[in-house]
Order: sequence, then structure tokens, then C-alpha cells
Amino acid sequence: MTLPPAFWTYLKVVLLVALVPAIVGFVVVLAERRLMGFMQARLGPNRVGPQGTLQGLADLLKLVTKEDITPSRAEKAVHSLAPVLAVIPALTALSVIPFGPPVRVGRTVVPLWVADVNIGLLFLLAITSIGVYGIILGGWSSNNKYSLLGGLRSAAQLVSYEVPMGLALVSVLLMTRSLSLVQSVRRQEAMHLWFVFPGLLAFFIYFVAGVAETNRNPFDLPEAESELVSGFNTEYSGVKFAFFFLGEYTAMIIISCVAVTVFFGGWLPPFPNVKALEFLWQVPPALWFLAKVAAFLFAYIWFRSTFPRYRFDQLMALGWKWLIPLALTNILLVAFAILLTPGWTTGLVWLGWTLGVLFVLAYLAAKLRQKLARRERLAAEPHPVEG
Amino acid sequence: MEKSPAEEKKARPEATDASGHPWVESLRAALPDTVVSAKSFAGQITVVVQKDSIARVARHLKDAEDFRYCVDVTAVDWKTRVPRFDVVYHFYSFSKNARIRVKCAAADGEEVPSIASVFLAANWCERETWDMFGISFSGHPDLRRILTWEGFKGHPLRKDFPLEGIDTGAAIYPEEWPEGGGPSGKDPNRKVVS
Amino acid sequence: MEAALRAAAGTMSDDKISQAEKDEAAYFAERAKAAAARAAEASAVTGTPPTLFDVQEMELNFGPQHPSTHGVLRIVLKVDGEKILEAKPDVGYLHRGTEKLFETETYPMGVPHTDRMDYVAAATNNHAYCLTIEKLLAVEVPRRAQLIRVILDELQRLSSHLVWLGTSGIDLGAVTPFWYAFREREQILDFFEEYCGARLTLNCMRIGGLPFDLTPGWTERVAEFVDDLPARIDEYEQLLTDNRIWKKRTVGIGVISGEECIEWGLTGPVIRASGVEWDLRRAQPYECYEELDFVVPTRQNGDTYDRYIVRVQEMRQSVRIVRQCLERLEPGEIRGKVPRVIKPVAEEVYASVESPKGELGFYCVSNGSNKPYRMHVRPPSFINLQALPRLAKGHLVSDLVALIGTIDIVLGEVDR
Repeated sequence: MTLPPAFWTYLKVVLLVALVPAIVGFVVVLAERRLMGFMQARLGPNRVGPQGTLQGLADLLKLVTKEDITPSRAEKAVHSLAPVLAVIPALTALSVIPFGPPVRVGRTVVPLWVADVNIGLLFLLAITSIGVYGIILGGWSSNNKYSLLGGLRSAAQLVSYEVPMGLALVSVLLMTRSLSLVQSVRRQEAMHLWFVFPGLLAFFIYFVAGVAETNRNPFDLPEAESELVSGFNTEYSGVKFAFFFLGEYTAMIIISCVAVTVFFGGWLPPFPNVKALEFLWQVPPALWFLAKVAAFLFAYIWFRSTFPRYRFDQLMALGWKWLIPLALTNILLVAFAILLTPGWTTGLVWLGWTLGVLFVLAYLAAKLRQKLARRERLAAEPHPVEG
Repeated sequence: MEKSPAEEKKARPEATDASGHPWVESLRAALPDTVVSAKSFAGQITVVVQKDSIARVARHLKDAEDFRYCVDVTAVDWKTRVPRFDVVYHFYSFSKNARIRVKCAAADGEEVPSIASVFLAANWCERETWDMFGISFSGHPDLRRILTWEGFKGHPLRKDFPLEGIDTGAAIYPEEWPEGGGPSGKDPNRKVVS
Repeated sequence: MEAALRAAAGTMSDDKISQAEKDEAAYFAERAKAAAARAAEASAVTGTPPTLFDVQEMELNFGPQHPSTHGVLRIVLKVDGEKILEAKPDVGYLHRGTEKLFETETYPMGVPHTDRMDYVAAATNNHAYCLTIEKLLAVEVPRRAQLIRVILDELQRLSSHLVWLGTSGIDLGAVTPFWYAFREREQILDFFEEYCGARLTLNCMRIGGLPFDLTPGWTERVAEFVDDLPARIDEYEQLLTDNRIWKKRTVGIGVISGEECIEWGLTGPVIRASGVEWDLRRAQPYECYEELDFVVPTRQNGDTYDRYIVRVQEMRQSVRIVRQCLERLEPGEIRGKVPRVIKPVAEEVYASVESPKGELGFYCVSNGSNKPYRMHVRPPSFINLQALPRLAKGHLVSDLVALIGTIDIVLGEVDR
């Protein structure tokens, strides 16, 4: 018996909608809390279920059974609409992410993506930026000054960081020659090259902008707890709050998925062109994908427990004065690398090597500078202190 | 540990007259008829001055004697004495590494010149003194209550303010916790301080 | 001392500052005028009262329930976007009439009330209170008690600075230092608990000495802890001191000169970060601070970053002080010769200690009875908070959070 192709599409949609919140609630949040606990010399939640694995369920129950409060002077309709606006675009965006190559189920070949849209990247950028409406409207409709400030911060921040993010992805488009995410992975496979190497700069810009887009540390200004008392979601509780929460974490997952797909070869194992590492293909490709996404999520968590928060004007300065010029430069670099060398691959490989070496040098220089500055600071100390 | 009463008496410190102290002399020279008395106790100089010239005294101490740091402003309620209050100022000099205490007496309802224009630090201290004692400072830029709220009646650190509290109109559950029914309100043997 | 003062005065050019301030005031006045005109125009057109969107300025109540006001502090802000035009602190939410309570109870009964003022540094509060009464009675504290008092003081200073470090880190979004700082603070609280049974409200000093002698092994454990602490302080510094974002958030924020600090009556780490080397432990030594070898850390710029550095270095100095005191400890009396019923002469006295927040003083008026006639507290947090509007003006709301953290207030002490 063969099932109609539509069945598989529906199944995938249902799985996405059902699974992603579950993964967010049970895995990502728990991992975040346990990992942050580990980094901060404490345990994190370990009471509900073995090693706290059921913490997500407890949180879910708590959020669902909590009283849903709408402030009396809020715009009620918008106040209810905002969380939906925050979560739906995020879930929709997942539909174009290729989680792995097509797999064979019985006699049918089922692709591990809901839709291979030929304008995938554009679709992603467009649909994720709708999410900001949820935040702005939520902040405004709460009729709370802190929420309003949070919403405004968020609007400015997301608009500013959409630009470098888009520009960073433009340079990737030059490499893939397609907006389709599936094509992007296929191209990396064909070129035996992860685009992170020639697109090192693009990747950095993309990821920094991505962290800012998702309102995470060190760019978590719209919901800065210590300044704006959680900002736009101050007046939300219960399920509505859960929706905002889900929206934020799904956005994190999407940013990570896109980074993995366009920069880190999607479902490809590391070094797909090296013969000696061919055994890596034995691992199901979807697992590679998930592992890479997990690495990105780990980076998010790591950032959160390491960095203090930027100030609003500094954040804007970083976006407009650094990231956008850098992204434009990067487009030129990639374009010239492709233009000045025969074929598409050679120039990119050279660019990758150059950027890689430059990056290592820059890293070493920064470390050295930091060390010297520290030494200078300690030497300038009026009262040297014994250890 | 134990001491005989005689010994104990001997060990008791005593205040000495400090009218001859250079700071007091300087004050007297600069502002005649302001210094009422001066004493020294436990190495601390206390100068009592006329109430009306307190701002000038503060200015003189700051400029001429380098007492640039206003440590504190407060008051003491002597209840039956006339005039009723003592307003107490503490100043510190960085160059001398020493403190001086300046006091002036003020009757109930009388205004004391504010030194907030001389020392910025005195601003809140004077507000607190106004709030707690009801001593008003003339020329203060912003003399509002600070620790109690606007509309509070009475001045809590006056000796005649009842310890069990007063009816402020701010009680949320007056049936359960009546106003003026403070910690010792229901106790028939309660101590009334005033 | 004087040289330091002169240096502090020299770093500031009066004309420059006043001109900049004038410009700023003119700018804000102009903005306010334009905003008022716009608001009036808008409401004339719509026929409704001006809304949030018509006016340039917004009044924002920062607190009393706000996570980073460190208690129940309320600041009425006037903001233009996120820029602070005016900040008016409103205090008193925690006012409990401690000064009145002192008047109703005998001298020894006053000590526990002092615990509840600066509740993250109870030992220094106890110390200041006892010091005042001892001065009034002219009582000599035995040497062992002096040393133990200094140890308790410095441990308390460490724990208070650790609380400050953690919470002001959180204010700026750095969550991890908080946990590290509280891990060490917990150990200090354990030492307190072992010594006097309490962790926060210590009540660990008595007029003329101490209530208890040390428990066996306490000194060894404390020695082990303070030997370990510098490495832990390095750990916090590694997370913050050279962190680029941390520096961006703190350098040049809330700059105040040494002269201005004196004018505002600021004390403690705040004044030392502005280049004035003034510490009561050094300037007017009490107990055995005179013979101890430590330096008073100072910095020149008077900004939030320097206040951070000064506090961190003070922690290192406290470690040194505790070590020296532990070396000097010898068995002996812990209580001075205090009469059973304390009835001092009818006199007045002021005594102060260097609390972690600044100069904490008690002014006691006695009328010869067994109760203080008047007991006044000179709370460092209260006086330091006064300068907040001066520090905050023209900065952003995010900086206000940093500034509240940097002057290190405890509302229990502000409101008493």
C-alpha cells in the first residue's frame, strides 16, 4: 500500500507543530537550565523525574493552569493576538528547513523537509521578521511603560539587525547561486566545501545578528529583566507567556538551523571530501544536522552565562557602524573571489584559506592585546597586592 | 570584672570647657556673638551657637577652617526644655582629620536657616530632621517629608509621639489591625514613652 | 592625604564641567518646551488629553517593586525615550523607626536593632553601635576582642562586597558572577553561624567586647578560607574586569570628582574611586586597625568601573587584614570592664566605623538613665543615595541600573 504524498506532508506538519514545542519545552529549556547550572557552580533543576527530565512537563502544567491575566486597561484583542503573532511565524519558518536528505519509507521516498521552496531564504527572512510584530504589539497593548519601552527597543533592534543578517546571507547566495535551502546543502556537497570557510565573515555577522534577532544575551535588551522588568512580556502570564517563550526558543532553533544549513553543510558530515573520514557517512545525516544545531544552541546558552548585557545605544552602534559595513565588504570580497578565479570553487577555497589564517592571526593578536592591557593595568595599580 | 563604686566613679569621663579651642576662637573672631558655649567630651568638640547664624557658622567652618564634609544633621527633642529642640550638625575636616559638632537650640515651630546651600549633603539630612522632628529649615530647596509619606501627621521622633502609633488613615484592615494599635497597643501595662 | 585631595581637585576643571552642565540644561529645557508645545497642539487637534505618544517626556516609576533597585527604592524618572532627564529618589518604604526603638530600650538591648539596618553587613553595624557606647562609657575593649571584632568586620565587608559584586553583575546582565560570589558568601555566613548562631542578623558584639569566644577550629577554617579567596577573586575578575562589554557598560558612567564627592558627603568606596584616599580605618583608626598593614585602594576616574575595581581590591585587602588578625590572636579576655547596669554620664558622643558602604556613625545622647535619650544613625547608604540624581542625569535607563548598583545601597539602612 502506498500512501499519497499529501499524507506525508500533513504528517510532517503535524510532527513539526507537535514536536518542536515539545523539544523546546523538554530538551532545550532543560538543557539550558542544567548547563547554566553547571557553568554557574550549581545544580539546576533535578527534582522532577530522573535528573529533572520531567521539568518541562511540570513547567507546562504550571503555565497552563496559571491564571491568565489581562491588565484591565490593556487593548484586549491585541494583547491576545500578540503571542500568537510571535509563535506562528516561527513555527511556519521551520517548514523550509531541510533536516536531512530524503529517506526511504517502504517504497516511498520521503524528503525530510515540509517544502523545498525555491525562494527558501527569502521566505525565511520575510516570515521571521513578522515575529517582531508580536513583540511590539505585546509591548504596546499591555499599557505598561516598561513593556512599551521593551517593545520599542525590540522593534529598533530587530529592524537594525535584519539588515546585516540579510546582507550576510547575500554573500552566501553568491556561493550557492540559489535561494533554496536544499540546494544550498547540495551545492556544498558538490563543491566539497562548507560555506563557513569562504563565508567566515558572513557567518560571524549572521550569528551575531541572529543572537540579536532572538533577543538573547548579550543582546537581550527588550526583555532585560534588571532594567525593564522583562520588557514586552511583563504583563503576560499563563499560556500567553508560554507562547512568547515558545516563539523565542523556536526562533533560536531556526537561526541555528539556517546557520547549519547554509554555513555548516546541513546534514553533511564534517569533511565530506576526505576519503579517510568516509565512515562518518554511516551516521544518519539527520543526526549530523541535529548535532550541529545542538552545538549552536549550546553556544547560545554559553553566551547567556558569560556576557553582560549591551546598552541600547551600543547595540545600535554595533549593528549600524560595524556589522553592516562589514557585511557589505564581505559581499565584495566573495564577489571578487568568484569573479577573479576560474570556476566557482577555486576562488572560494582561496578565500576560505585567507580568511581562516587571518582569523587565527586576529584571534592571537586580540589575546595578546588583552594580555598586555591586563599587565599594564596591573602594573599601573597603585597598590600591588600579594596573591 | 567587678569594681568598687568609688573606682567606677573615678573612671567616668567628664566634659571639659573648650572655649579656648582654636576653632572656637576662630568662630568667635569671625562671627561675634554667635558662640554660646563650647565643650569637649571624649575628644569631641561641641560648639553651641545662635540659631540664626548657623548657616554663616557652617560657611565659616567650611571656608576658613576647612570643614568641607558635612557628616550629618539631626536633632534632639528635650520635651520640656525651652527652647525645645537642639539641632545638631557634624562636620569633618580632611586636612585636620577631625570632627566638630555644632548645635543650636530651636523652639517648636521656629525656623532654622538651612545649610543645604553650603553643603549639598545636608539636603536630605534636613529633610529627615523636618520629617522626624518637625523642625522647619528656612531656605531649604525642597523641604518635603522623606521617610514618612506626604500627608503623614505628626513627627515620629518627638518625645510626645505615641510609641504605639497614631491614626494615619493608611491601615488596610483596620478591623483586624487597628491603627494606633502598634506593638504595645493592646497591652494594658504598656510603656508610654512620652 | 592632602596631596590626594589636591590631585583629585586638579583632575577636574571647574569651568569645563559647569559649561557642559549649562549646555545640557539648556538642551533639556529646549526639548521640554518643544515637547509641551507639541503635546498642546496634538490635544487641541484631537480634542483629547495628551497621550503617551504626544509627549516627548514620559514619567516612569522605577520601583518600589523593581528587580534592580535592591529593595524598595522608588525613583521617579522623567525620561525622553530612554534618556533620563530627571531622577527623584523616593525613600522610606522600609521605615521602621529604629531610632525611636533605641530610645525605648536599654543600651545593651539596642544591638539587635542595628542588625536590621544594613542587613547585609550586620557586624559593622553592631560594631559602630558598641563603639559609640564604649566611647561614652570610656571602656577599654580587651585585645582579643578587638582582634575578633576586626576579623568579623572584615569577613562582613567581604560578604557585603560579594553581595554587591553579584547583584550589580546581574543588574548589567552578567548572571554567572552572582553565583560564584554567593558561593563564597555562603561560606562566610557559615563562619558567622558557627560563631554566633546567626547568619544575617548577627548580634555578634556587646558593649565592651564580645558575647562569645571563638569555637575550636574556627580560626583554622577561616584561615583556610581567606587563603583560598584571592584565587576566587581572580575568578570573578576574569569574568568581568577585562570583559569588553562590562567595560563598555561601566567606564565613564556616573563620573564624579573627588571634590564633588566631599560636597555630597559621599563616603566609602565611592569617594575612594574618585581619588580621595580616605578610609576611617586609616584616618581615624579604631580597635587595632592602627597596627595592621593594609593599603587603602584608590582610583582616579570616579566612574562605575573604578568603583568596581576599588571594591574588588578592598576585598583583597580584607583578606590581608583577616590573615594578620588571625596571626595575632592570643587567648585572653573578650569582655571589657562594663558595669552590669549601663548608666553613662549625661553627655553626647559620636563614633563611626568604615562600613562596607561608607562612614557609618552613631550619635548618642545620654541623660544619665539606662536608656539612650536619643540615638541617631548616620547611614552611609542614605547619604550616598542622595547623589544618585546627580550621577544619573543624562544617562540612559540602563545606566541608572548600573548606578544604583555602584553606590551600593541597602534600603534597610536608607530607611531605618
